[in-house]
Order: sequence, then structure tokens, then C-alpha cells
Amino acid sequence: MNDKKYILGGLLIFIVLFAFPFWFNLGKAAPAPNPVLSEKAKAAGKCVMPTEFMRAEHMKLLGMWRRSVVRHAKREFINPEGKQYTMSLQNTCLNCHDNKAKFCDKCHDYASVDVYCWDCHIDKSKGEE
Amino acid sequence: MDSSRRSVLKFFGLTALGLASRPVFNAFATEHGHSAMHFEKGAKALKAKQWAMVIDTRKFESADELEPIIEACNKAHNIPQFENKNHEIKWIWETEYHNAFPQSPNRFLSEEAEQRPYLVLCNHCENPPCCRACPTQATFKRESDGIVIMDFHRCIGCRFCMAACPFGSRSFNFRDPRPFIPELNKDYPTRMKGVVEKCNFCAERLAKGLEPACVEASEGAIVFGDLYDPESEVRKLLRENYTIRRKQSLGTEPCVYYIV
Repeated sequence: MNDKKYILGGLLIFIVLFAFPFWFNLGKAAPAPNPVLSEKAKAAGKCVMPTEFMRAEHMKLLGMWRRSVVRHAKREFINPEGKQYTMSLQNTCLNCHDNKAKFCDKCHDYASVDVYCWDCHIDKSKGEE
Repeated sequence: MDSSRRSVLKFFGLTALGLASRPVFNAFATEHGHSAMHFEKGAKALKAKQWAMVIDTRKFESADELEPIIEACNKAHNIPQFENKNHEIKWIWETEYHNAFPQSPNRFLSEEAEQRPYLVLCNHCENPPCCRACPTQATFKRESDGIVIMDFHRCIGCRFCMAACPFGSRSFNFRDPRPFIPELNKDYPTRMKGVVEKCNFCAERLAKGLEPACVEASEGAIVFGDLYDPESEVRKLLRENYTIRRKQSLGTEPCVYYIV
């Protein structure tokens, strides 16, 4: 057990190096995203589904919309309250949420989610592409 | 392995339980879990068993007359205009008789008919070879109205459909098309680099109760309707005129008919 100090010393250096990302970034957490609702969305009061549902499941809902529109030629969405909406990211969602940069991008950037919606769908809030 | 009577019985018992519970899991797993929401067709949507088109080529004398029709489609669907022919994107375009109907080998053809411009587009075949070639079912024959349509989200850009289509109706986006769209229609998406695209019989307009953009722009030279409704305008024209279709002998059953 003559090498005790080397072993312990080495272990300590290893742990410190291994934990580098943790202590280096300590206290530097990015602030939670704060998506801004547009005036139009505020005026409407509610989205096509309850806010909690939209927050957690909007991507799944969009997937269902896509399948219904493209595959089954059904383009009208009737929510549990019986209200009818045309299923269109570009013409319904963006109609209220008319500022992508202040709404969609806020959380997507924070969570490092790289969506490919905008490769094809046009962000109407911007001027000419 | 322990293969006593007891363990074998246990194994079969568990297997039976697993199989029996499958429907229960399926019930939980369906996307209709949110029982209250549902999807419907719009009240104004046009409906048909199989959409079809009749193009009266006698009404076109020069390629200039086709220009507004092609332009209407290009504008509605954000079709890019490339200088390089290899990158060209075409939904509906003009071609000459011998390219449109290579299998009509009659000699001493009416010169007038031979020199007419012909409009060609996706034939929305009843037996579409492109759909069989697609490995991801990004392109498929829609049950509800017979349109051969694409789900661009699913297209992986393998181009098997382009090889399978005998009409050259499909184009591939070799480049990002956005910078090459002359006038952006902000109500319709564009495509991205790496996907195939083609005519969709204006599915988005039919859903709103409108006829396809080319039909609207043709001022009566193109007629659109349900092939399986004997009372439809299309069937009336087919009854009253001699019509031909492109490469009919291949058996794809094109749904675009030409009065010549």
C-alpha cells in the first residue's frame, strides 16, 4: 500500500476532470424560454386544444393533422368543444401565432430542437424570403 | 434449459396472457385516444371516386395559349424556375405530339394535329407504377378521391418513382427551390432540397370547393370531374368525343384524356 497517495491523487484529478462540464457551467444556466403570445393569439384566448395539451403534444397533433389532410383528404379539425378549424400549419397556426421568432423559436432554440417545418412551410411573419 | 412440465406450462401460460393482452394495449396505443377530437371533410369540398381530366387539344393552336394555364399552376404551387434544364421542376408543361403520344405510330398524320401544342401533367393513373416503387409510401393513391398524391414529409429522395413513371411527370429538387420562386404564394408551402414533386390535381383547392388552377385558367378547354359519375362533365365529354390517353398500352390507366 505504498502507492496510496498516487492512487488517491490520481483518482482526485480524474474526478475533477470528469466533472469539468458540471463545475465549469455552474451558475451559468440559460434562462428558461419565454415565448411571447402575439396580440392575435391573446385576443383569441385559446388555441385549438387546451394550453397544457398544446405545450406538451403540439408536435403529435401536427403529425395527426398532416396524416388526416394528406392521406385521408379530411382538412377540418373539430376539437372537443366542437369548434372547427382548418388544419394548416401555414394558414391556421401561423395566422394567430404570427411571429415565429418570438414564439416557436424560443423553446425550440432553448431545447436545441431543430425542426424542419420551415424548410417547406413559409414563415409568413417574415418579409420576402 | 429447464424443461420440466411445470416450467413449460408456465411458459405457455405467460405467452397466452401476452397474446390476450394485445388488444388492450392496442386500444391504449391508438391515436384516437383523445376520443373527443375528430377530423372531417370541409362542407364545400368537392368529392369524387376518381378525379379525371379531359383536355380538348383542338382549342389550343399555339404554345402561347398554354402559357397562362402553366403560369396559374406555377404561381399556385410555388414552382421554382431554374435556368439549368437538369434542375427543372414541372407540374404541368407543354410538349409536342410525338413526345406526348410516342405509341401512336400512324403515318401521314393530320399536320394540324401534329403541330398542336399538348399539355401534359401527372396522369393520376388508376394503377400507378410510382406508388409501387416508393419504399416509404410517401407517394400513394388516395383511396378517397383517386389522386396520386405525395406526402413530402416522408419522401427520402430516392427517385425510384421517377424511374417508375412512364410519363416523366415527376421532378427532383436538386437544389433548394426557395430562391428560384419568382413570386411566393404564402398560402402554400414550398418544397425542400432532396424531395420529388409533381402535380397534385390541386388537392388543396378541391378541399375548398375550387376546381384545379389549370382548369380555371383554361377557360373551358380543360374539364375536370368524377370518372365514375356517369352524369359528370368529364363522362359527358368522353361519351361525345373520341379521346386518347398517353401510353395506354402500359396498363397504368391514366386519368387524363385528350380530345384530338
